[in-house]
Amino acid sequence: MTLLYFAWLRQKTGCGEEQLSLPADVKTVSDLVLFLQKRGGGFEDAFANLRRIRVAVNQDHCGFDTKLRDGDEVAFFPPVTGG
Amino acid sequence: MITIRIQSEDFDIAAEIAKLDAENTGAVATFTGKVRKEGDLTALSLEHYPGMTEREIARIVDDAQQRWPLLGLTIIHRIGRLTPGEKIVLVAVAASHRSAAFEACEFLMDYLKTRAPFWKQEERGGKTQWVEARHSDGKAAERWRDK
Repeated sequence: MTLLYFAWLRQKTGCGEEQLSLPADVKTVSDLVLFLQKRGGGFEDAFANLRRIRVAVNQDHCGFDTKLRDGDEVAFFPPVTGG
Repeated sequence: MITIRIQSEDFDIAAEIAKLDAENTGAVATFTGKVRKEGDLTALSLEHYPGMTEREIARIVDDAQQRWPLLGLTIIHRIGRLTPGEKIVLVAVAASHRSAAFEACEFLMDYLKTRAPFWKQEERGGKTQWVEARHSDGKAAERWRDK
C-alpha cells in the first residue's frame, strides 16, 4: 500500500510518501495508526493526538474505522485549510 | 462549461468570466479569495493532495449542479508561495437567475474550505506556522446539509 503524509504530518514524520506491505495485524486505519505510532520518534510525535488528524483512503475522506486492503492509498493530514 | 484548475500562476478574473458566459446566462456570481495584508504576515504557502484535490472538487461541483440549475462554473485554486494582496481562489458561477448563482457560489466556497485537501502555511517574521482549521468554516458548510 501507499502511505502519504501532508502538511505538518509530513514534517513531523520526515516522510511524504512510502510503500508498505500491509502488516498482518492491521485491519483498519486505527490499526495502521497504532503500527505507525510504534515506530517511535517523529511518527509517535505526529500521531500523538488523533483529533488533529484526518484520513483519506483511496482519495475519499473516511473514518479511522475504515477497513484496509493491500494496494490501498492511505493519506494522513490535518483538517484542510484551503480557499 | 465546467473548468477546474489547480495552478501556481495568477489568473485574470475578467478573462475567466468571459470564457464562462453561455448564451442564455442571466447572472454570473464570482468570489475571489486573497491573501490578507495583516501584521507581519509576509507570505502564505499552499500545498495540496494532487489527485484527491481534483476528485474532491469534482464531487463538490456535482453536488452544486444537483442543487441549482447552473449554466457554467469555474474554480481556480492556486498553490505555492503567495504574498499579501495576491489572489488565492476564484469561484465563478453562471446561471439564468441571480439566486442560483449567488447561492451556488457560496456553497462551493464553503465546501472548498472544508473538503478540498489544501493546507496553508503562514510566514511571519521569518518563522513558518501551519494555519489551523476554523470552526466557523465547518459551521458554514454544515448549514447546507439539510437544504
